[in-house]
Order: sequence, then structure tokens, then C-alpha cells
Amino acid sequence: MAIESEVLVIGGGLAGLSSALAAARAGADVRLLSYKQSTLQNASGLVDLLGYTHEGDGPLTDPYDAIPDLPEEHPYRTVGVDGVREAMAMFDDVTDYRGGHTDTNALLPTHGGTVKPTARYPKGAAAGLASDDRDVLLVGLGSMVDFDAPHVAAHLEAAGVPFDARGVTIEFPGDLRADAKVTRYAKLLDTNGEVAVDGRMVGARDALADTIEPHLDGEERVGLPAILGDDHPGAVRAALGDHLGVDVFEVPMGPPSLPGLRLEDTLFEALDEAGGNFETGNPVVDYAGEDGHIEEVYIEKTGAKIPVSGDQYVLATGGLVGKGVESDREGVYEPIFDCHVPHAEDRYDWFDLEVFGDHQFARFGLPTDEQLRPLTADDDVEFDNLRAAGSILGGYDFAAEKSGSGVSIATGHAAGTTAAQEVQ
Amino acid sequence: MSDAESSTEFDPTAPNTGEDFEPVDVFPDSDDFDLRPGADSCYKCSTCDTNCPVAEVDDDFPGPKFQGPEQWRLKQNEDDYTIDDSITDCSNCMRCDNACPSGVPLSQMHNTARGEYVSEQMSKFSVEYVRNRILANYRTSATIASKVPRLANFAMNFGPARWVMEKTMGITSEREFPAFAKQTFREWWSARGGAAASNENAQQAREARGEDRDADKKVAYFHGCYSNYNTPEVGKAMVRVFEEYGYEVVVPEQRCSGTPMFANGMLDDARRGAEVNVSSMADLIEEGYDAIASCTSCSMALRQEYPELFDIDGIDEVAANTFESVEYLRINEDLKGDLQAAEVEGDLAREFAYHAPCHARNQGLEHQSVELFRELDGTGIEDVGESCSGISGTYGWKAEKYEKSMAIADDMFDHMDDASGDTGMTECPTCAMQMEHGTGYDIRHPLELLEAALVE
Repeated sequence: MAIESEVLVIGGGLAGLSSALAAARAGADVRLLSYKQSTLQNASGLVDLLGYTHEGDGPLTDPYDAIPDLPEEHPYRTVGVDGVREAMAMFDDVTDYRGGHTDTNALLPTHGGTVKPTARYPKGAAAGLASDDRDVLLVGLGSMVDFDAPHVAAHLEAAGVPFDARGVTIEFPGDLRADAKVTRYAKLLDTNGEVAVDGRMVGARDALADTIEPHLDGEERVGLPAILGDDHPGAVRAALGDHLGVDVFEVPMGPPSLPGLRLEDTLFEALDEAGGNFETGNPVVDYAGEDGHIEEVYIEKTGAKIPVSGDQYVLATGGLVGKGVESDREGVYEPIFDCHVPHAEDRYDWFDLEVFGDHQFARFGLPTDEQLRPLTADDDVEFDNLRAAGSILGGYDFAAEKSGSGVSIATGHAAGTTAAQEVQ
Repeated sequence: MSDAESSTEFDPTAPNTGEDFEPVDVFPDSDDFDLRPGADSCYKCSTCDTNCPVAEVDDDFPGPKFQGPEQWRLKQNEDDYTIDDSITDCSNCMRCDNACPSGVPLSQMHNTARGEYVSEQMSKFSVEYVRNRILANYRTSATIASKVPRLANFAMNFGPARWVMEKTMGITSEREFPAFAKQTFREWWSARGGAAASNENAQQAREARGEDRDADKKVAYFHGCYSNYNTPEVGKAMVRVFEEYGYEVVVPEQRCSGTPMFANGMLDDARRGAEVNVSSMADLIEEGYDAIASCTSCSMALRQEYPELFDIDGIDEVAANTFESVEYLRINEDLKGDLQAAEVEGDLAREFAYHAPCHARNQGLEHQSVELFRELDGTGIEDVGESCSGISGTYGWKAEKYEKSMAIADDMFDHMDDASGDTGMTECPTCAMQMEHGTGYDIRHPLELLEAALVE
């Protein structure tokens, strides 16, 4: 016996969640296996579709418009423009993200002071749009060195934004430890917990607004690093905004990222609601099957191999960083099913000496057929019941194109939908 | 010319395995445990810190990343660096393990650091040490108390006595001590006829199920302290459910799994227990038994913490053959199908607010009860979210930690209030204590519901 499902998704990132969600919404009995907690907490929470072409042109106004001109092996070409649209419709349906009202990319300020083209953004970032011409006050916290507000403001102005940006650095009220965790701030603001200010106890929301207020000089919007609550970010923003008489927004931050954590929660809730099952904590390490058909996979728990089976499988374990693709001195490989990963024989060809040069490793991943089934070196289907989704796929460079989230959602949706059709 | 442009003989693209290359033995002849394992894999992404329930409510706690990999680095570079006393603020929920995208064994590092702190830096005459030792060795107190359960139940919760315990020992008087059962699980087990009776029951069940009467289905039950002394109904349910599926149950000699001792840095105490547990389980595993636990902290200890911390004969075999009880049935039987066909009436036909214990997460069990019971007729189950219950075994019993433990639990209490049922469910005895303490709900174990659904 094994723990059985119809569709088994391996990987708990955006691609795995999109696959599982699509399959569950199509009526399949779904199980998602994630080695560790979702990597969405390392993501900014912004959803980029395509910011730049494969040749570096951009920022693109309309990502959909550019898809047909991508190289044939690009995952967007496999899924097709309609496939991308269907996937984004599912995403819009289960989240309260903004940006879906138009095909065009929005421009959002990043915590580094650049402006980034993105297709969907959380409500909390909405008042920060770079196309908005209202002046901005950016507020950094002395303890959060990865958001230097005056520096970010100067960068934004240099980038040519249509508004004045000014940055100030404050200390979070209440004398918290210098390296307080982002969750500590979020929790305090969520619960409006009391902090000591001049010897008396004040709710954290009012205390923070009081600290910011003297720095306001007519700006109509105020941006803070993304620490404004975990469970109730809307209420936190509203309270600060009311107190200050301005719109308050969050600037997405690097890991650990609260917008990423919130998105993770939203997607797992949607999966639960759609009847999908999931578990985390242990890696899938092996499989059994023959003649190009997978019978079951094995989860490793301290030496024990627990069998889990499905009729259809989706592999969404990530790329080199997510460890869905691994490399050693001999070659590049996919560790669970040993699917073929094309790469140069000589490992000194895997990278370029220039930092921003043409690095092959950035595009390492699985080639697939039109149904997202991984292919062997001879272009045969590896397994008839295995599909791949997300950054384990080859043929694109998400970092350069700003297409990571979009490819994960689009290929995840397509793989999950097809897998569900196969079992029905 | 900047440093970056200076020419050296170093060629970044040349393999460093030439004739001159000599691998360095970092720790020659060392077989002592230190904080090293996996430290180099930590790239300081701080994901562990965002998952730490203590750091979320406590300004003074520097978080798991500091406790593990950073302390190790400090120790390596400063001869007089001693373990920071904030290590005692870690509750050993082990959430950081499940969070780390790089596979750093954080809880192993924390357990090791805490062990070193307690053995080298903590005064053995301090009230705190004595208090922690008493709390960690719950089994010792429970053995005595269970001899006189009525007296113990009265005395432990007698107001003035509790005041004295708080003042002199730092055991919070806010909590009710759990009641001791009038008959322990082991007493019930012996009175029922022990392994022989179980063998007979299992054979009959196999026959009734149409299986081979002599089929080799046998498990060794690690009941842990709590289901022995406090909630024998959980142990009884485990026995009845497994026998129903045709498993012969044995209940070998055992000590505490060690979880409270790890959490208090009492590694010597934990090792003594582990030696007994591993030895009795390893013998049975050799005979074809699998080890089963009904408490997720016990299964976690046998599966993960034992092989991480100790080197005992048979320890890896025990780890590889230990399972949580419901998980075991899911793997080996059609539990889901049987529950879909079953119905519950009577006392357990309720709506449950389910809390997944932290120690269930790393075992991949955080969703299994919801998955199984949501299609069971006559009951309802609702997950109350991913928040930690905050009590973490002995942690929430310490007077100085009580407030913190309740602040961590705040989310869980809120979610339980919002859930439609007013009966709680969890696999972990101390999570159950906290759930009951904060909401007044009756708390049940999944095995009890399985028994109600599947056993005549």
C-alpha cells in the first residue's frame, strides 16, 4: 500500500501550488508534497510576467504582446498566450492582487531604488506605483539596513520617476532589539501591541505614526518596508494612513519577505478550500516504475522511505537554487527521476567570466514536449505520467527576463489542468 | 589600481584539485558533538527567524539563526566564547528545521548548544536548574503520583501549594496540572492480558477481515509518559484500532522519549532514556516489528533527535522503522477509504477544531487528520491554522516563560474561537493542555475518533 492520490505534485513553491490548485479546482484528488516550507517567503510577493525580452529589450509595456516573439523553447511558447491568460485568471480569482484590470505591466519601486515592471502586485503596494505622480516620503528603519530610505529615494529620482521622492530613517518606537525579526514588527502592528514611548505605553500603530508624522512635508503617500502586519496588513495600513492623513504603502523586500509569506498563506488556503491535500517536512528522493511510467515515489523520513502514489505527477521542485536541478563536477542532473538536463560537456562552459555575461547555468532546466512532459536526450518522453512546471524548466532566464512568477503560474496551471484531465 | 584589478596567480577558473591540493581535516580525531554539522550550508537568509514563534513575541530572543550557525562561528573564532544564555529561551518547537531551505539541522545545533550551556555554564545548585530537571523528568514525578492519583490530583492543584511552587521553584501557578489516571495504560494492558491477548485479538481480526490468520502484522507501541499516566484512553484507542486492522501489539519496556530533556539541555538524562528505548525497540525491529508512537514529540525524538544526538547501537534502524500511529495505518491500510465509508455517532459526533503540533510538521503530518476526517460522516474538522501553541512541553510551565507562551498561543486561541466546533483535537499532549487552558475546550486525540469510527 501507499498513500494514494490522483494527482501528486512535488514542490511547494508558486509552480507547485499553481499546479495543485488547478488540478484540485478541476476536480482531481490532489496531494502536494513539499520538502520544506514554501520558498515563497523568499519571494518579493510581486508577480512578474515578462519585464524584458530574452534579448534584454524593455521594460515591456504589454507582456502578452511579447510572448509570441520569444524563442520556441521558452515555456511561455509551450503554454501559449491563452494558457498564460487562463493561469493568471485563476491567480486573480484566489488572491486579492491588483493589476489584473489591464494587460500592461505596472511599474513598482523596489527596495533597491529601481523601478520594476510587474504584472500583479499586492494591495499593500498599490499606493506606491511609480506611474502615480503624487510625491512620496519613504521611511526606513535604522535597524533594517537593506532598506536605506534616503538612498532609495535618490535612486528613484535618478531613475526619472514623475514625482518627488524623499527618504528618512527612523527608529521603530519601543526600543526593540537592534536586529528584531520582521515578524516581530509585523506581530506588534497586527495586534497593535503596546510599546514604551517616553515612559508610557502606546499602541504600536499610533506610536509608529507619531514617529513618522514630524517628517511629513506635504507628501500624499508614505512608503515603508514590507513589515506592516502579517495577518491584518490592510488594517495596519489603514490605521497608519488615517493617523497621518496620507496613503500608506509597502515596498516589497528581500527575504524573509512578508508579502511572500502572505501570498503563501493565501494559496495554501485556496488549495485547502479546493479540497487539495498537502504535507511538508520531508523530501521526495526516489521513484518506482518502468517502461516510462511512474508507479510511486518515496518520501525520505530519517532513513525510512515512505511510498506515496499518484496516477499523474507534476514535478515542480525548482531550479538550481531550489535544488530541483543539481550539479557536480561531472554534470547537471535532476535528482528524483533523473530526467535529462541538457548542458555543455565541459563544465567551464557552464558560465561566463563576465558577471553579467551569458551564463548557461541560468537557463539549465528540463526540455519538454508541448504537454510539459520532460524529454530525454533523444527527444522521447521520459515518463508518460510526469509533467514539469516552474523554474525546473529550461529554455528561459527568469532573472534577466523578470518572468519567474509568471512562468511558474502559467506552467503550473497548465501541468495541473492537463494532469487532472488525464485522471478523469 | 583597486584590489579587484590586481593580478595574482590565482585563477578563479582553474580546478583546485591539482598536485598541490591537500584537503584539510577540520576536526582531526574529534568525535565529540559540536555545533558544526551543516553550519556551512547556512547562507543567512533568515527564513528560520521568521518562523520562530518565540522571536515573534520576544524582543530579547535573537532567533534560531543566531542560536545555531552564528554561535558556532563565534565559538570557532573566539577561544573564550561561551554559549549565550538566550539558548534557554528556545522552546525546541523545531519549526526552524522545517523552514530552512538549505537543510541546516538547526534544532540539532540548538539541542547541542543547550546541552553544553547547561552542563558547563549553569549552576547545578540554582533553583532554575533543579526546577528544569524536575520538569524534564516528568516521568519520575508521574510514576510516584500515579501510585496515588487522587491525592496527587488534589495536591498538585491545591492553591497554597501552587503558590509555594511558583515562589520557590518558578513553576507557574496559572496552570492546572493534568489529572493522573486512576489506572495507568500499562496497568490496563497487563490486566487485559498483555501481548498474548493482543495476539489473539489480532488473529481473530485478520480472520474477520479475510486476511491470512498468521499474517505478519505486528507493532511495538511507544506510548510515552503522557498516555501512560494521564490519558490512557489514547493508548487504549491505539491498541484497539491496530488490533481491528489485524496488528498484534506489544508494549516493550520504555522510558521518557527525552523531548523535555532535550528542551532543557539535560542530554545525559535524555541519553539514559534513549539507551533503554533504543535497546528495547531495536530488538523488536530485528524480529520484524515496527515502532509506533501516538505522541508526535515521541515519534519525532525516536526518528530525528536520537540519531542526531546520540550514537547507540541500533539507533538508525529504530529511527528508520518508527512511525506515528495514524501515519502507519495510512501507509499500510486503506484508512481513507475506510473512514469515507464510516460514520460516527454518540459522544464523538462533534465538530473539532484541529491544531497541528509543531513536531508533527517536520514529519509531514500537519494535515493528515484534516484530510482523513473531513469526509467522515457525523463529525466535522477545521484546521485552526499554523500558529504554534506556545507551551512547548515544559516551556509554558516556567513562571518566567508563562506570559510568552500565552502570547505565542494568542493566534491559536483566536482561531479556535472562530472555528465552528468547541472540541479541540491534536496529537500532542502539551498542545492539548494549552488549548484547554486557553479556551476551556475538551481536547481529543485523533486515535480516539478513529476508534469511534472504525472499532465496533
